[in-house]
Amino acid sequence: MSSTEIDPPTPKFLIKQGAEALVYRTTYLLPHIPALLKHRPSKQYRHPTLDARLTKHRCLSESRLLIRARSLRIPVPAVYFVDESRGEIFMEWISGSSVREVLDEVLAQEGGEAMVDRMMVKVGVAVGALHAADIVHGDLTTSNIMVRNGEGEGIVGFGEKEVVLVDFGLGTVSTQDEDKAVDLYVLERAFTSTHPKAEKLFHDVLKSYEQSYKGANVVLRRLQDVRMRGRKRSMIG
Amino acid sequence: MIALGLEGSANKLGVGLIRHTPGKPAEILSNIRHTFVSPPGEGFLPKDTAKHHRSWVVTLVKRSLKESGVKVKDIDCICYTKGPGMGAPLQSVAIAARTLSLLWGKPLVGVNHCVGHIEMGREITGANNPVVLYVSGGNTQVIAYAEQRYRIFGEALDIAVGNCLDRFARTLNISNDPAPGYNIEQMAKKGENLVELPYAVKGMDCSFSGILAVVDMMAAQLLSGNPKPLLTPEGELVTREDLCFSLQETVFAMLVEITERAMAHVGSDQVLIVGGVGCNERLQEMMGLMARDRGGSVYATDERFCIDNGIMIAHAGLLAYGTGFVTPLEESTCTQRFRTDEVLVKWRD
Repeated sequence: MSSTEIDPPTPKFLIKQGAEALVYRTTYLLPHIPALLKHRPSKQYRHPTLDARLTKHRCLSESRLLIRARSLRIPVPAVYFVDESRGEIFMEWISGSSVREVLDEVLAQEGGEAMVDRMMVKVGVAVGALHAADIVHGDLTTSNIMVRNGEGEGIVGFGEKEVVLVDFGLGTVSTQDEDKAVDLYVLERAFTSTHPKAEKLFHDVLKSYEQSYKGANVVLRRLQDVRMRGRKRSMIG
Repeated sequence: MIALGLEGSANKLGVGLIRHTPGKPAEILSNIRHTFVSPPGEGFLPKDTAKHHRSWVVTLVKRSLKESGVKVKDIDCICYTKGPGMGAPLQSVAIAARTLSLLWGKPLVGVNHCVGHIEMGREITGANNPVVLYVSGGNTQVIAYAEQRYRIFGEALDIAVGNCLDRFARTLNISNDPAPGYNIEQMAKKGENLVELPYAVKGMDCSFSGILAVVDMMAAQLLSGNPKPLLTPEGELVTREDLCFSLQETVFAMLVEITERAMAHVGSDQVLIVGGVGCNERLQEMMGLMARDRGGSVYATDERFCIDNGIMIAHAGLLAYGTGFVTPLEESTCTQRFRTDEVLVKWRD
């Protein structure tokens, strides 16, 4: 094989189409290293200058947040490669299930809550660490928290598995209690809308959040206000 | 069934007559409007707008009856805008509606202005269950229907998009006739250079006041040439047309983005644009490009139905009246704050 020959590009499989980005499963550098590719395609409706500016800004901002979080040992996917002019981020492939999927499966069983209490502690610790680093997720739902699991292992013994925060597309750096409280509120809504039993579980999340983040008290007080206000906007889904 | 609709939540006074026949599309018998136009550089004040409505309402109702040939005895109910809108003009029209109700002995139906826009848009375009972008001088909302309510998914956090455009028209001293937004649109067609303005989208919400502040400062610099002439990065002189163009491109991109996010969220591929800003052809074009990429379509109406009118109030009011809804005289108030999701939409499944 001559050195100039390049391997054919790895096939990519579309796994999610959001409003802003397309998410693919592919590989990075070597065929056996799975990767997630997040691509923000150019939007035809936008002026090309504005489009390029927004794509570049959002790509860089998301990558920076991920890198900053990772350097502080907060569980997020590693960034492999960023091409901001094409709107592409290659990052670590997290195999496993989302917390939402785990809850759906576990809570359907009798006494299922007891099986996930360790997981709740980990979620609280991860979110606490994120907020301690002044990073606000912006869309902190149970679908955006993964439980790392081997390929095809199924949902077993997940209490011991690592919890990973994903999708920082709407994330920002903020020191404001309000923004952090809204993060928690969004997460609470995600929990309570999943299952009646999940409400108690969210309580466990908040407890470990409180223990792992010094500023938690102020944020939790703020969360009370946000809850009161939450009725202003009626959202579904 | 026939309804008379009276609208006057802002600077337009609208009177409309509509007929509903089961199994047939609604029939527009009359749809007339008179607009209070303020001088260039000025907005419309509540006091003057209310005075305008008071002095025109009798003429318009008479003309509406005359041109449609509808007899008072054939009218089933009087529909009026309960809110949201400017207090003083709303009150003048509510008083006119009450007077007609007592004079003719007809029941009153108070209508939510936003719901009026949505229902009229659906009726005219035939869009069945779209995500609705409601954009006007007073409102900016992304709405989707679920379980008998029009739910607000995203909205402006400060001023409405139309207010941002109107106020910029004042800064540039552009005529308010026929509408400031229309004149901005015409100028924007001649703009070529895109200047950088803030872009403020937060999830499904957006904000316009910061953009207005920046574009106002640019306009001040452009008009005075102080402290230095306003230039593009390529060194060309920025024109008034360029600023209109840049403002439209930026705020409309924000609107299309939040609409797309709502569509992805609820899994819909139809989008309906209503409200005065919805007349803007560039906004319709951008929305169309977005919808096409998602394999969907955009529905929009022209100025007869986009801009505030009486027929939409008559239409939405008659839909509610058909389910048995009436507003007793002692409750026939109006309110400046009346959220879209407060209305129980009994006429839909």
